[in-house]
Parts: sequence; structure tokens; C-alpha cells
Amino acid sequence: MRTILFLLQKEFIQIFRNKSMLPIIFLLPIIQLLILANAATQEMKNINLAVVDFDNSTYSQRLINAFYHSSFYTIIPTPQSENKAIDLVHNGDADAVLVINHGFEKNLVKGEKVSVQLLVNSINGTAASLINGYTSSIIQSNAQLFGAGNVEIGMLPVHTDSRFWYNPDLNYKLYMVPGILVILVTIIGMFLTALNIVREKELGTIEQINVTPIKKYQFIVGKLLPFWIIALFELAFGLIIARLVFNLTILGSIPLLFTFAAVYLLVALSFGLILSTSSSNQQQVMFLTFFFMIVFIMMSGLFTPTESMPKWANYFNTINPLYYFMRVNRMIILKGSGFRDIFPEFISMSVLAIVTMFFAVNRYKKTV
Amino acid sequence: MEKISVNSISKSYGNVEALKGVSFNVDGGELFGLIGPDGAGKTTLMRIITTLLLPDSGNAKVCGYDVANEYKKVRTLLGYMPGRFSLYQDLSVEENLNFFAGVFGTTVQENYDLIKNIYYKLEPFKKRRAGKLSGGMKQKLALSCALVHKPEVLVLDEPTTGVDAVSRKEFWDLLKELKMQGITIIVSTAYMDEASLCDRIALIQNGKILGVNTPTGIINAFPYKLFSIECEKPTHALENIRSLSICKNAYLFGNSLHFVSNNEENSPEIIAKTLEESGVKVDSVNEVSPEIEDCFIERMQRQ
Repeated sequence: MRTILFLLQKEFIQIFRNKSMLPIIFLLPIIQLLILANAATQEMKNINLAVVDFDNSTYSQRLINAFYHSSFYTIIPTPQSENKAIDLVHNGDADAVLVINHGFEKNLVKGEKVSVQLLVNSINGTAASLINGYTSSIIQSNAQLFGAGNVEIGMLPVHTDSRFWYNPDLNYKLYMVPGILVILVTIIGMFLTALNIVREKELGTIEQINVTPIKKYQFIVGKLLPFWIIALFELAFGLIIARLVFNLTILGSIPLLFTFAAVYLLVALSFGLILSTSSSNQQQVMFLTFFFMIVFIMMSGLFTPTESMPKWANYFNTINPLYYFMRVNRMIILKGSGFRDIFPEFISMSVLAIVTMFFAVNRYKKTV
Repeated sequence: MEKISVNSISKSYGNVEALKGVSFNVDGGELFGLIGPDGAGKTTLMRIITTLLLPDSGNAKVCGYDVANEYKKVRTLLGYMPGRFSLYQDLSVEENLNFFAGVFGTTVQENYDLIKNIYYKLEPFKKRRAGKLSGGMKQKLALSCALVHKPEVLVLDEPTTGVDAVSRKEFWDLLKELKMQGITIIVSTAYMDEASLCDRIALIQNGKILGVNTPTGIINAFPYKLFSIECEKPTHALENIRSLSICKNAYLFGNSLHFVSNNEENSPEIIAKTLEESGVKVDSVNEVSPEIEDCFIERMQRQ
């Protein structure tokens, strides 16, 4: 036990003496949260809508006005021709075209079903579905104002009444922030651990350590514990920034969040240790860690929902620690999930932790 | 009593045979030198003794404990100073020393007697980072750290490589003092002149031991008459001299040439005359007693 304390003391002195360490710990979360959360937004703030109104009636004007009043839309001047309106989409001047046919008002007054046509530029599928969603909901809500039957949109004949749970304003930042926190914790846990151990190899100091009676487990604990603590601190620090800047409230239990993070970190740290045993210098370990991080992050559902990924990707994600943490982090923070809700993820994560720790300890040989 | 015993150890790295059946013993309280050029296998041998490498065959024991099976015990008895400076450069002198004392379960105060002669010179710099020390200071710190847990056996791998002449002298004086305190020391070096400072030496070349003896014993065992020749353009004359029938071997030795005679009848006069006849302008020929380097070259050729 005393030996571990000496190792920890040495490790903390070294970490805080390292000039690049403090900026990494304090600046990295601030910069990542501020820049990434704001840049990686998938909200449609400025939809350029071209409207072709063949009806030119009071009701059609009322519908168009509804878009005028919405802060999301900019109505762009449109010629009275469907084809010319589509050209606007081709040129990139319009994101969508709304076509109101002749007889819109007449049919509405008669109480018959009316149709409008919505053409959306779908190069970016996510944006297209968002535009579709926003536009449909505006048309639907206006149809009710007319007191008439349903206004039927060309591509969406079903009447929907949507409410967005857990993130009612569809604030994309709230969705991104928990995800970015996951990345942050991973960088500290996996990257810095792997780099730190390889540095000892590179400088030859591990040689001197190896001739001491320090036991394998003592060395590993001495190496992993500091980064485990720092990474958990990082999570707390990131949550405070998220609270101050994005007004993010954690709906679920904070102890539960940290418990899960602690288990997740066991996996990340062990993984870092495994990578460090397979590399002999810092450059190698950087590339290796970077490679795995990118794969894990892209598959984890940071940007795209994992549900829409192919089957093989979902199989892969059963061993992707980031996937679980990403999911659980959002569940606890945004949805307020309790232990019972995250129980399956908790079990999977614990199994991953045991397996990776077992491999890491076995791979690390004291006789280098 | 034997503190270190090495029995027919072999070790290969791929196709390269670094050690080919090496055996020797080091007695308690001895200052034992492992002398050989770079690439002879010294470091590999040191790393096996210090439990950092496993031999392919053969075994080694430190204080009666096997380095492979009882490495845990061996590690508590050893002090090791690798050839490359391997302390934490970002920790201060004091922090390094306290750390290594700590992991060996002791304190600097407890064994201060042992290191005080070395450490008092470092004391003024105790707050300085190890990486910012001069070469000689680094070496003293490394020695202090290797000694701080009062080891029975001290293993030093080329401690004086890259260190200036004055620091080298100082370092060997320190080793003598440590020997007086009863610590068994094994030290490797490529400097032949350091051999005479050891109690016993092993000459090692190409992974083989060429001989183990006291420095005087090794010198006395030199079987030939040796002459030192000073002549014009020694490098040029070397080829010429080697082809002479009375010459066993000849090589450059500092500014002069060393001439190994192949029979007992040769005298400086005979050699001078023979050389003049072959067209070498000789300044002087003297019979000299061999040095370790001469013995090393002779044994190397005998192999």
C-alpha cells in the first residue's frame, strides 16, 4: 500500500509538472464544449422556402404568412412556375419548394381534403427530414386554424401530432453536450494513460522501475488511478461548464452518472494500457489510439443515431464502450433514467471492464 | 562466498547470438569488472543478472537466488544503474531519491551513511530537476538511487561511458569506498585502462568470456615478449611490420606500435635491425610489459 502511495505521489508530481497537462485538463473541455456544441448543430435555423401559390387566395396567403412569422423560414421571391421554383433548388437558392394548387381555398371552404406539395432538397438527409418535419407541422397547425379538414401534404398523408420529449425545443446542443463529455473523458482516460506509460518506456525509466520490488498490480494501479481521478474530475468540470453555458440540467441522479463513468473509465484505461504495451514509442501509441478512438466515436452514435446504422454496426457496438457511455450519459442527463433503465448497459459495461482489465494486466509484462 | 554466479548463459536476439555460454563467479565484497568492446554482450549479461531479461539457456544466481525463478527476491538485493540515465528527468534530485527509497520500503535517512559521500555533492542541487543536471551529477544521482536501499550487490552498466576524465576518476574512488563497506560490485566498461582498478576482471568479446583473473594475473599470463616501437608513419609501416617472420602480431597503441614477438630470442636490437632492413625508419624500440589491452588482443586472436 505504501508503495502505491509513493507511485501515486510521483505520478501526480509529474502530471502537474508537465506544462501541457493543465491546459489539456482545463482548456480542452471548455474549447470542445463551446466550439463543438455550437458548430455541430443540426438544427435548421434558416430554411429558404420557395412558395408557388397558384391559388392566390386569402387562405393561401394566410398559410404563407405562417411561414413568414416563423423564425426558421425565409420566404424567397418565387416565379409563378413549378419548374422555375425547382430550378431555385438546383441552384441552391432554395432548400424547399411549397406548391399550393388552384382551388386550395375553395376546397377548404367546402370541407374537402386539400393537398399541397412539398419538394425538399435531400442531399443532406438529416436536414431534409428536419425541413419536412418543421414544414408539415406548420401546415398542420394552420389547417386547424382554418377550422377545416386536414390539409394533406403531398408526401405525408398521415395526420401527426408530434411532441418532442426530453428535449422539447429540439435543442441540438443539449443532445451534443453529453456526447462531447464522453469524448473528453475518453481522451483523458485512454489517450493520456497510453502516452504516459509509453513515455516511461521511451525514456528508459521503466527499466529502473522494473528492477525494484514494485509488483505488477502496484505499477498498474499507480499508473491508472491518477488518470481515473482526473477523468472523473474532467466529467464534473465539463458538467459545470455545460450548466453555466448551455443551461444543461441533469435530470437523473448524479451519483449514478458518475458510477457509470467510473466503470466506463476502467474500460478506457485498460484499453489505453493494452495499446501502450503494443507500442514502443509515443508516436506509435498516438496513431494506434487515434485509430481506435475514431472508430469508436463514429460508431458510438455521437452524431448519427445508432438505430439507423446497419446490423453489423449494431453488432460491433455491443463491444464499443463509447456506445454504452454515450447512450447512458444522454439517458441520465436528458431523460432522467434511473438505475433500472440503464441496467442492461451497466451489465454490458461491467463485463467489458472485466475482460479488458484481464487482458491489460496479462499483456503488461514486468520483464519488458 | 559467491554473490553472483553465472553458469553457461546463452542469449540470442533473432539470428544474433549475444551471449554464447558465459560462466563466471563474483565473490562477496569483490569489485568485479566486465571488460569488453561495444557489442561484446556486456549489457545483455547485465540485464540477465538484474532480472530484466531471461536467458535462453543456462542460469544465474544472485546471493544464491535464481534470477529467473526467484526474481522477486533478487530485486530486493540488487542495486542497478543502467548505462542510459533512467531516472525521472522531471523530478528533482530529492524527489527521485525519496521515490526510489520509498518503493524499496525504506527512507533516505535510514541508509544515509551509505550514500552521504556521493550525495553531499548533490545536496546543493537537491531542488533541481534531474534532467537539468550535468553528466557527472546525473551519474552520482543514479548511483545514489541505486544505493538508497542498501543493496548487497551493485550492478553498474558502463557507468563511466561519456563521462569526463576527472569525473571518471572520482567515480572509481567512490566505488572503492563502497567496496570497503562490504558491497559486492560488478561493473562493465569498454575502457581497458579501468580494468586495473578492479579486483578481478572478465574479458568478454563476441558473447564469449576470454578469461577471468585478477588484472595482474591476466597480464602475467601474457605469453610473449612485447616491444613498443616508435617510427615514422606508423600506420603506413604496420603492413610492412606484420609481414616480418619474427612478428606474431603488431598494432597501433597510442602514438606508437606494439610488436608481439613470436620467439623469446628477439631483442630490441634485432627488431630494430630487421625493421630498418625492410625499409621502416625506426626511432626507438623498447621491451615493455603488456597492458590489459595487449592481453585482450592476444586472447581475441587466440580464439
